[in-house]
This record gives sequence, structure tokens and C-alpha cells, in this order.
Amino acid sequence: MSQVSTESPVKNTGALSHEVKSEDIAPLQVLSPEGEIVNLERMPKLSDDQLKEIMYRMVFTRTWDDRAVNLGRQGRLGFYAPVSGQEATMVGSEYALTKEDFVCPGYRDMPQLVWHGLPLYQAFLYSRGHQHGGQIPEGVNVLMPQIIIGAQILHATGIGMGFKLKGEKRVAITYTGDGGSSEGDFYEGLNFAGAFKLPVIYFVQNNGYAITTPYAKQTGAQSIAHKALAAGIRGLQVDGMDVLAVISAVQEAAEIGRNGGGATLIEGLTYRFRPHSMADDATKYRSKEEEQEWSLRDPLVRFGKFLEKKGLWTEEDTARVKEEAKAAVNEHIKKAEQTEKMTVAGLIDSMFEQTPPHLEEQKADFQ
Amino acid sequence: MAQMTMIDAIRDAMRVELARDPNVLVFGEDVGHVGGVFRATEGLQKEFGEQRVFDTPLAESAIGGLAVGLGIQGFRPIAEIQFVGFIYEALDQMFIQAARMRYRSGGRYNAPIVFRTPFGGGVKAAELHTDSLEGLAIQTPGIKVIVPSNPYDAKGLLISAIRDNDPVFFMEHLNLYRAFRAEVPEGEYTVPIGKANIVREGKDITIIAYGLMVHTAMKAAEELEKNGVSAEVIDLRTLLPLDIDTIVASIQKTNRAIVVQEAQKTSGAAAEIIAQINEKAILHLEAPVLRCAGPDTVYPFAQIEDAWLPTAARIVKTANQVLQF
Repeated sequence: MSQVSTESPVKNTGALSHEVKSEDIAPLQVLSPEGEIVNLERMPKLSDDQLKEIMYRMVFTRTWDDRAVNLGRQGRLGFYAPVSGQEATMVGSEYALTKEDFVCPGYRDMPQLVWHGLPLYQAFLYSRGHQHGGQIPEGVNVLMPQIIIGAQILHATGIGMGFKLKGEKRVAITYTGDGGSSEGDFYEGLNFAGAFKLPVIYFVQNNGYAITTPYAKQTGAQSIAHKALAAGIRGLQVDGMDVLAVISAVQEAAEIGRNGGGATLIEGLTYRFRPHSMADDATKYRSKEEEQEWSLRDPLVRFGKFLEKKGLWTEEDTARVKEEAKAAVNEHIKKAEQTEKMTVAGLIDSMFEQTPPHLEEQKADFQ
Repeated sequence: MAQMTMIDAIRDAMRVELARDPNVLVFGEDVGHVGGVFRATEGLQKEFGEQRVFDTPLAESAIGGLAVGLGIQGFRPIAEIQFVGFIYEALDQMFIQAARMRYRSGGRYNAPIVFRTPFGGGVKAAELHTDSLEGLAIQTPGIKVIVPSNPYDAKGLLISAIRDNDPVFFMEHLNLYRAFRAEVPEGEYTVPIGKANIVREGKDITIIAYGLMVHTAMKAAEELEKNGVSAEVIDLRTLLPLDIDTIVASIQKTNRAIVVQEAQKTSGAAAEIIAQINEKAILHLEAPVLRCAGPDTVYPFAQIEDAWLPTAARIVKTANQVLQF
């Protein structure tokens, strides 16, 4: 079972008991590591073109990540949180939604924002510490990356309530990590979603580490998905290296949310191949063996094998997408670098709708 | 015009705005069915329905975050934090997430939220119900801070706050909720944010205050009058933006001033007001501007709060120090 039962745990024990118990779960999987379909029932209905598009986005994202790390080393990007290894949870979960759905990201979730419509050069501007990076274009339903771990979970909860109040068939999705699932805002958000039955998807990308702190030290819970039980919402665990499992889980959760069925917590088991950030050294807290083991579960490899067997993808396709991605990154980093610099006066004018007198006065010092 | 207490006026402001704008929502702990622990929202759920006026689970950070999310979806949330000390649980959502929304998104999103909370001492309440935390708020870029002192201002300022497209921290002194009735117009009117009110004209000294301390300052001014001192009393109404022009104009006339606050003495609203007076009116001063405030301790337990809070006698004493400088 991949889904945590929301039935009363008392009933689950078979005999009446005052002690809460729950069952172990196994992650939802659609593809085996060899790229074979192991769960046909959960195979999402996708055309060949859609399958190719998903692979395109994952390869593009991997290449963009490679390039961004280099740009960071060259000083052309500022704070950057690498994403390699997490392409299935990032690209897949976003692909499962419609553009009307709303994305509330954590700080690492730039790929979801870009695939949801944020221009790439703005992602680079965000990294470079430019306000225009967060100036989301009209019609793109995302929030800016969130630095305070878990704060966005509550925003998604409020946005979901907004959809419900307006009678719109939309869902909000929010992302955090295994560390974020320890925050008070995580529990408060899930609990509100349960109490108000809100169309929200809480996606935890469990990559095993909160910066350096391993999952084993993060919680005593059987799984992060189990935390849904206490909030009275659905809980699922998925193989986060299996993009089709991720899409299946998110599509289902979105469908349930849109039709008044409430919220779902999805725990995706994944791994970041790179350090937490450009300033982090993962060798200090992760073993080579562990990294090696996870690299064998590379989501691009698994999905690539599946597509190759179907005759939908070749190594040449990968090479072509890489070149496209490199060209796009070059174009967008140039655009980011050529964007007019922020000014302190402009910053002052973005504090309030109408700049009050004391700030007008302070602005004069910067003109 | 109706005679209303401040709590009636606050409720009336929310009723007017709920009726006028379908995007206005009221929520918080116990605000729905019963109408809040002080009955500030009594009857509103019955009148506007559970979709617009509702109880939330007990979690202040989530109340703040819900407001931020709803604001992004075009609603105008009025979020009640049940007592002032509970804002600590919601500080990230109030002072970071809401207050920075416009800046972080370069104006794409905003947070048209009113965070209402009762505060203020003298009612023998439980711990952390009565602190004066406006100092934290005015040091936070991106949020406005309003502290009304009477029913008329409370209604007009709250309507202004609800219509404002930026977050507002609206602090209601709980000792003023039912202290007295005053004439309050029916229907809609606004009192502008950022404009102080001279509640007593005088020529010898300016007493600057807000919230309940406006009334304590008025009593002190009457005492001073008996000794032939003519005190001008300014009710700030808004702490951010601060109406420094009204303060400066008064000091140009009186050449002396004191600032009264319930909050602890150091680094609060009074300190900021004195700094701005220093910047704009120092050549008009005949004496240093002094503060009459609580000492720099935690807010006391009920047993000694009356001795801790500024009184009319202490305000007179502080004023005399300035007058006799």
C-alpha cells in the first residue's frame, strides 16, 4: 500500500485499542529501475509526445543545473541550490498540474517555477539578488522561492482556501523537504487543510538530508507520509526517482482536490546528487557508497530506459536537448546580466503602495 | 449618530466593510460563532455567513499564513490574533511574509491584510495578554501600525486599514473596549492613516501619546492646568507612518515635549519620536524631550501592573522635569 489509511487507527488494529497504530507503507512505483512498467494500473495516461516532453524537461533541467553550478563558480550566479537527482519530483509534479494551479515553492524549487511559466532569466536574476527575479509575470501562478522553511506551506493553504471560497476547480501545490516536515508551519498547514478540507497538495521531497542532518535524526515517525494521518488528510509515499509514479500521485491528488475531496500529503523519496548549496561540502556527511547507490537510481536513466524501449528516445535526443539547454542558459544569463540594476530608490518605493513621507525623505539621500 | 463603545465601533467598521466588499473576510480563534473573546465580531457570522466570518483551528502562524495566501487570491483578510502576546507565534507570517510581499515580488503581489489584536494593561489579565508590542512592529519595514484611542477613530481607522493595500497591525487597547461611549456616525467614513490628532490645545508643553495613554495624558493635562501650565496633547493614532509634522508644529509653539507610552522605556515608539524631534525641531526646544514609560522589565503580573504603568501623576512629574529644566 502506498497510501496511508485515513481510517481511524483504532479500527485498523482489528481489536479495539486505546493505542494509535499504523501500518508500514511502501512507495508507489510505476517503473522499475530497469524502466519496466511494474504497476500498469497507476501508469498515467500520457501520449508519446507528452512522454517525450517530460524527458525533454528532465534533461533540460539537469543541463541547466550543471551550467548553473559553473555559473555559480564563475560568480555569475549568487545563492543557488542544486537540483540534480530531484528532476522526477520537480518536473513530474509540475507536469501533473494545469497552468491554473498554483505553485508555492521552497528555495530549491526553481525548476517547477520555470516549467510553470517563470522566464529562465528571472530565475537567474533571483539568484543574483535582483528584485525582478520575483516579479512573477501576470498569468503565471507561482510564488517566489521561499527562504523561511515551511512558510510557503501556509500560503498554499490560504491560496487553496481562496480557490474553495471562489468555487474554482484549482489546486495549490507546495513543496518542502524532509527538514521542512519538522517545522510547526508544516503541521499547522496540514491541520488547517484537514479542518477546512482544502484543495492543496503538500509535496515533501525527502532527499535524506536537511542540509547536513540525516533523515534518521529528523523524525521518529514511520514515514513523513504518515504525518497526514494526524491531520486527517490523505497521505502517500512515492518513489521520487520514478517520474511516472510522481505524475500519477500528483494527478490523482489534484483530481481529488478539485472535486472537493481535500488535501493530500505526498512524500517523494529522492536524493540530491550535489551538495545542499554551492557553499556546502556533502562529503562531510554523506558516504561515497551512499552517493553511488543513489546514482544508480537516477530518474533520467530510469525514464530514459523506458522511453528507449518504446522507441521514443535515443542518446542523440539527449545530446540535442543538452545543446538546446546550454544555448538557452547562455541566452538567459546574458539577459539577466544585461538587466538594469536595482536602485535603493526603487527598493524604497516597493515597500508600500504609496511611499509614506518618512521614506520619501530617506529616498532623497539615494538620488 | 449612534453612541458606541470602541468595541461596538470596531465591530461596526467590519460590518460596513463586509457589506461593501465581498472580498473582505474575518477569521481567527473564536471569532465566528461566538464573536470573539471580547465579542468584537459578535453577530457578523450570522449576518455574513460562515464563508466570510469563521473560526480557525488554534494556530496563530497558520492564521497569519492563511491571510497571506488569501491576500494573493484577491481577498482582504481581517485576521484576529486573540491576544497581543500570541503574535510571537505569528511573527514570521506578519512581519516577514506579509510585510515583505510587495518588495519580494516587485509589486506583483501584495498583502492587503489587517492583523487585529487586543493589547494594553490595567485589566488584570493573564500573562502575555497585555504587553505593548508596537515597538517590534514599527521597526519592521512594510507594515503600518495603528493604535486608536476612541470609538470614532477606531471605526474610521479600521475602515482605512481594511481598504489599504498593504498590511496593517491594528492594536486595540482592551481597557478602552468598553471604557466609554461616544458618537460614531453610521455607515462608512474613514480616518486617514498617518494623521495625528490634537486632542487638547495648549501652549507650554506638548504631551505625545497613543492608545489608552491619550486619556491618562488628558488627566495629567488637567492637573497641570491647576498649576497654570497649559499642555497640548497629541493623539498619534498611527505610529507608522508617524505624523511628525503635527508633532513639530506643536513643539514650535510649546518648545517643550514629553512622550508617554505603556511599553518599556528603551527603543520603543517614544525613542523613535524623540529621535525624529531631534532631527527636525531641536532648535525649537528649551529642554530635553523626556519619556514617561514602563521600566525595562517584562510586563508585570497583575499584582503590580497599576504601579508599573504610567499614571497621570507620573506624567505630571515628567512634564514638570521638562518645564523646570
